[in-house]
Amino acid sequence: MRITVTVDGTKYTDDVEPRTLLVHYLRERVGKVGTVVGCDTSNCGACTVHLDGHSVKSCSVLAVQADGSEITTVEGLARDGQLHPVQQAFHDNHALQCGFCTPGMIMQSIDLLADNPDPDEQAVREGLEGNLCRCTGYQNIVRAVRDAARHMSPGAGPEAEQIKHVGVGGE
Amino acid sequence: MTATIEPEVGKSRRRKEDERLITGRTRWTDNIALPGMLHLAVLRCPLAHAKITSLDTSAAKESPGVIAVYTAADLDPDGSIGMPCAWPVTPDMGAPRRPVLAADRVNFAGEGVAVVVARSAGEAHDALEAIEADYDELPPVLDMEAALAEGAPLVHEELDSNKNALWVFDSAGAGTGGDVEQALSSSEIVLKRRFRQQRLVPAFMEPRACVVDPTGTQVTMWSATQVPHILRVMSAMTLGIPEHKLRVIAPDVGGGFGGKIGVLPEEMMALLVAQKLGKPVKWNESRSETMLAAHHGRDQIQDLTISANADGTLTGLKVELLANLGAYNGLVGPGVPILGAFMFNAIYKIPAYHFACTNVFTTTTLTDAYRGAGRPEATFAIERIMDELADELGMDPLELREKNWIKHEEFPYTTVAGLTYDTGNYEAATEKAKQLFGYDELRREQERRRAANDPVQLGIGISTFTEMCGLAPSRVLGSLDYGAGGWEYASLRMLPTGKVEVTTGASAHGQGHETAWSQIVADQLGVPFEDVEVLHGDTQSSHKGLDTYGSRSLVVGGIAVVKAAEKVIAKAKPIAAHLLECSEDDLEFTGGKFAVKGTDSATTIQDVALAVFAAHNLPDGTEPSLDSDATFDPENFSFPHGTHLCAAEVDTETGRVTLRSYVCVDDVGTVVNPLIVEGQVHGGLAQGIAQALFEEAVHDESGTLTTGTFADYLLPSAADLPSFTTERTETPSTTNPLGAKGVGEAGTIASTPAVVNAVVDAVRHFGVNDIEMPLSPMRVWSAVRHGTVRAGGPGNEAGGGLGSIDASGGAQ
Repeated sequence: MRITVTVDGTKYTDDVEPRTLLVHYLRERVGKVGTVVGCDTSNCGACTVHLDGHSVKSCSVLAVQADGSEITTVEGLARDGQLHPVQQAFHDNHALQCGFCTPGMIMQSIDLLADNPDPDEQAVREGLEGNLCRCTGYQNIVRAVRDAARHMSPGAGPEAEQIKHVGVGGE
Repeated sequence: MTATIEPEVGKSRRRKEDERLITGRTRWTDNIALPGMLHLAVLRCPLAHAKITSLDTSAAKESPGVIAVYTAADLDPDGSIGMPCAWPVTPDMGAPRRPVLAADRVNFAGEGVAVVVARSAGEAHDALEAIEADYDELPPVLDMEAALAEGAPLVHEELDSNKNALWVFDSAGAGTGGDVEQALSSSEIVLKRRFRQQRLVPAFMEPRACVVDPTGTQVTMWSATQVPHILRVMSAMTLGIPEHKLRVIAPDVGGGFGGKIGVLPEEMMALLVAQKLGKPVKWNESRSETMLAAHHGRDQIQDLTISANADGTLTGLKVELLANLGAYNGLVGPGVPILGAFMFNAIYKIPAYHFACTNVFTTTTLTDAYRGAGRPEATFAIERIMDELADELGMDPLELREKNWIKHEEFPYTTVAGLTYDTGNYEAATEKAKQLFGYDELRREQERRRAANDPVQLGIGISTFTEMCGLAPSRVLGSLDYGAGGWEYASLRMLPTGKVEVTTGASAHGQGHETAWSQIVADQLGVPFEDVEVLHGDTQSSHKGLDTYGSRSLVVGGIAVVKAAEKVIAKAKPIAAHLLECSEDDLEFTGGKFAVKGTDSATTIQDVALAVFAAHNLPDGTEPSLDSDATFDPENFSFPHGTHLCAAEVDTETGRVTLRSYVCVDDVGTVVNPLIVEGQVHGGLAQGIAQALFEEAVHDESGTLTTGTFADYLLPSAADLPSFTTERTETPSTTNPLGAKGVGEAGTIASTPAVVNAVVDAVRHFGVNDIEMPLSPMRVWSAVRHGTVRAGGPGNEAGGGLGSIDASGGAQ
């Protein structure tokens, strides 16, 4: 089947097998290997991307279902050499170790903040329930999401946000 | 050129590694795509124990896109290839050959029997369906005690029993303490308990994968491994590939936790197939395959007998273990439970000690190193039985620990297990933890809730732990029959522009070595942190090393970096003196500068590097190089320690456990980067708490893994865990120049007993003195209703004098 999708701002038209999962299309056809596969039961969330502005696990969407959609991956977040505030917060707060779950965690965190621009700890923990991490124990991820919230305009989503300059720790 | 002034070591530097990881510009093994690359898929037997009666691959060979299908007969026609085990723990250890693909018998569900090579991964997996495999089922061997019984079906018919090895340490025999039987028979209190360490899955987030490229002058293998250097030498030995013709690369690796220590049949398959076809090949497993076929951890039955006098003074400890190795010897699997031998005595002064471990083969997935590797098991058992002993004695569990632990003024202290602990301060860590935790207030609240018969009871769990880290002095490994050394290597290259390249034999996969090593080098050489590049995980660029496991990277590998830097300075000094036209004795080196004492005359080490590159004006006979390398072999282990306190609320009506607070004070010696250390502790705690509350790999009565996906295996999410309070005391190690001790396993080792002790403490007044892990709501609820419930097994009793000694259920 022929599909046309916009990925990280670039339009792609491809013939895909009906059974091709979106994550495999992104990795193998579009070359977006920043998005990764961590399980085969849609439990881990490592493959999370944004489909028309909302987070989805791209292992549980068929590529053909994404026809005509806009997709943002972790590779499309930084603008003009500037990290997205959530990326920056993950770095500032040591919210990653091996980094394998990180793309999915970042994409899910952005979606969470779009729904709830000022989440408390419990809201962050519940909002990230579908994303597994084995390295961090989640504490710094939670801290990073709340830190990012302080740096982002209310209602921030996958579109570029203004960074409000607030002092951060780290160095 | 500016020199750094503020020390880098001790600074919470944000990680250099992060940029590529948060932007998706990563190099996971599965990202590698080479021209003409083919894909492997492995057919895995679904049965735990079976004879292969027929294997017909003809239809699969006709499947679309399939290039070849291989069985054991194709890849290893004379049956001579066996996966390596580097730790033959006893001379008579059972060592069945673990084939690359099973040829006639399958010994665990998930063992590979054929491999398909196809143009795409999808086509390879499709073709698996077309392979006709027939099996005659053999009886599964699952229960360790039954496996050791007379007449039990054998996992390996070529062995005469399912016993892999019996490994014994006795303090009387070793001259490190008294005779344990005498201690037990002459003590006022003797307590015997059985604990079970359930089987766990390491569950690194990136499944295992490898790519082999046989084109060009060398065979190159990328693998999602913790041990690229070990993998290279072991692959060469296993397959007869000349070592100098093999390059192994661990690119970005998505976690390991011990689970990626290994030399895998799939890696060997990929090497064999790539060379056979002359084409690059990729193997990338699914999560279900990881769960089935990657090694598991823990899985022990622990029988402890501890004795004490009425005042709580410990007099003896006897430990009898059954350790489930699964179907074969893993790379270091047989040695993992034996590492625990040195840790059961923990931080306590115990005059007499006996340890016996029986390793058992079963028809299950192999077990091998998993975060802590033998030490969490030991710490769990001793910290649990200390609580039970306190209860028998009517003492506060913390008071019992204080009475028996090694006092800070008694270091260095040689333990009953024969290790010499260099430093420690258990009092300071415990006092700090108690203050942060609000210990006394929580005890009062616990009493109030108990008195009020509150449906939500409160319990307090204590875990005062130490561990042996910095694996390892090579001579000690030799004495334990380990097949390699424990040293680590580093090299430094001063580039003409003053930048520095460091190579390390440690192989980071999340630990932040690029950042921490840069901090070390920045301080040693006085160069900016940004001017240091750390190369690792590639046997061509970081050509020598023993890799990352056992919290060894900083304590061994980091010290090698320090030693290499010292050599650079020693080389640079005479050149600097020559350039400054002074005597070496007049020079001092600080902040990256060689300065003539008492003058403004100075040159930086980075300037010296340029002068050496030009080589126009060097002292006569000087080799134009500042490069250096160093190999560090530690004299002793390091001994991190800490006090972990957990407050758990137990809803007696539902059995639900909620961690109300978790406080730990760890002493990991000198800290290079507090941010990284804190992150390691958090992650360690999560894994240890998960063992206590959530995780268990379960095989059913047929030997089928019933927890084969993340839908069935309860890996905690953010919503399942609390925030932790993590603090430190700092008692530097005296066994290395940095004073570092290692931190990677601390949280995991300490936290499991803290949580279980807290839950048992909360419901002890219901007649509960143990609940088996994981402490599911159902188990906790049953314990509240019926008192201690166990899955069976002999001897959990206590009493005075001789009557309570029961040797049943041991590993004889």
